[in-house]
Amino acid sequence: MQQSLDRPLPAPITPEAEPYWEGLRNGKLMLPSCEKCGPFFYPRVLCPTCHSRDISWIEASGKATLYSFEIAHQSLNPNFKVPPPYVLALVELDEGPRLLTNLVDVEPDPAALKCDMPLEVVFERLTDAITIPQFRPVGAKASGGGA
Amino acid sequence: MRELSNAACIVGAAESDEIGTLPDKSPLSLHLEAIANAVDDAGLTINEVDGVFTAGQYTPASIGEALGITPRYVDGTYVGGCSFMILVGHALAALHHGLCDVAVVSHGESGRSRVGGPRARDQSLNGQFDFVYGFYGAPTYFGLIATRHMHEHGTTLEDWAQVAVSTRAWACLNPRAKFRDPITVADVLNSRPVCYPFNRFNICLVTDAGGAVVLTRPDRARDLKKPPVFVRGAGEGTEHVLMTQMKDLTFSQATRIAGEKAFRMADVGPADFDHVMLYDAFTAGPPIMLESLGFAPPGEGVAFFADGRSAPGGSLPTNTNGGGLSYTHTGMYGIFPIVESVRQLRGECGPRQVPDVGLSLVNGMGGMLSAAGTLVLANEA
Repeated sequence: MQQSLDRPLPAPITPEAEPYWEGLRNGKLMLPSCEKCGPFFYPRVLCPTCHSRDISWIEASGKATLYSFEIAHQSLNPNFKVPPPYVLALVELDEGPRLLTNLVDVEPDPAALKCDMPLEVVFERLTDAITIPQFRPVGAKASGGGA
Repeated sequence: MRELSNAACIVGAAESDEIGTLPDKSPLSLHLEAIANAVDDAGLTINEVDGVFTAGQYTPASIGEALGITPRYVDGTYVGGCSFMILVGHALAALHHGLCDVAVVSHGESGRSRVGGPRARDQSLNGQFDFVYGFYGAPTYFGLIATRHMHEHGTTLEDWAQVAVSTRAWACLNPRAKFRDPITVADVLNSRPVCYPFNRFNICLVTDAGGAVVLTRPDRARDLKKPPVFVRGAGEGTEHVLMTQMKDLTFSQATRIAGEKAFRMADVGPADFDHVMLYDAFTAGPPIMLESLGFAPPGEGVAFFADGRSAPGGSLPTNTNGGGLSYTHTGMYGIFPIVESVRQLRGECGPRQVPDVGLSLVNGMGGMLSAAGTLVLANEA
């Protein structure tokens, strides 16, 4: 597996998800979207609601809320070397779909985190090929830290 | 569907010779020991087995080969730890239709010692969308369910801890349980933080073990060594695999679907059970299962554990073997709650025996409440 400094890089990149990763390289959060039902995630060849094959891509606003979270105190993956504690998050994009991600620019402390709090996307470039979307509380100051 | 109710009985149930930390046993050996022990428990012989049902590292063909038999019916449905509850349901249907006469459902896993190499399972979507953030392994996913439940229902860390305390009280009565010292809510809250909201005692063991059950039709079951345990109802369901695809993290649709089907087949409801086994990989699992199965309104499943109903002497004895939290948990735990339910229904459990168990519920999950298998077991038709 190709390694960045401290994270296992996404692998394999499936053909259906190429536009997602290409968008991230260009600082855009792109979502597959059914012409009738709107955006969904993860990328696949049919709409999981109406099963239409008429899928295009839209750029998401980057606005989200915190659907749920955890605080990792140890890594269970030997290839993940970001020092704990860090926040593991399930965020709900304003467009509807949910993503697993990290929160940054916030203390990894349950007292600082509340489900449904508003978030905004930040892009973390790992390699030339891979940029990942992470989220921070709206109004948070960039600390350069976090996971 | 109702014609399947009581169409087959569990006539044998057993673990491998030993459970726990077994670096000298391959998972195949754990399968074979458990099958041999379960067949013996039934008073049958391995050569009479003509249906093989298993999930995980080995296909049913491998198990048949290792046993030196040529089964005429096989099923390798593999949807996580509840696969074994689901396989009992599939064996029920196969036996009813005469597709086999003696069915074995078996499990063997070197979860702790990792003898025999890793299990192969496609994780390409997790590898693409989860692992880069630090998600990896069940304890980094299941807490999302617990945190959202706390937000929506006011559930507390103390509430989850009560599940571990109640389950440990049962483990203290089971000589085969790994952890046999009583614990308190404070012990759980003070145990090592792993992944908030879970500390060490909110999370199951990781062990090496095998388990198996043997089924046949009632006409034959009545003449065997032990009293038959009737499969009165069976149900299954799946909702998702990835956490982003589970619509409401506080309620398991898979569990609801599996439970409704099993209860309808058995013509029973939550109030009818004397004994309950709920797959407890994490303390948040059993309360959410009780809510999803209709035992409690959303948010109130934890009350069964906080007020002692689940504990020894309580009105709904739950996880009487000591559970995945304190007895054993190989990775796919589902065969073990079935074995315990059979033993309770036969009255074989010694100090932890629940008086007068006539009807027992076994509910399993696969993944993160992703899949579910529910069994209604009874000691008479």
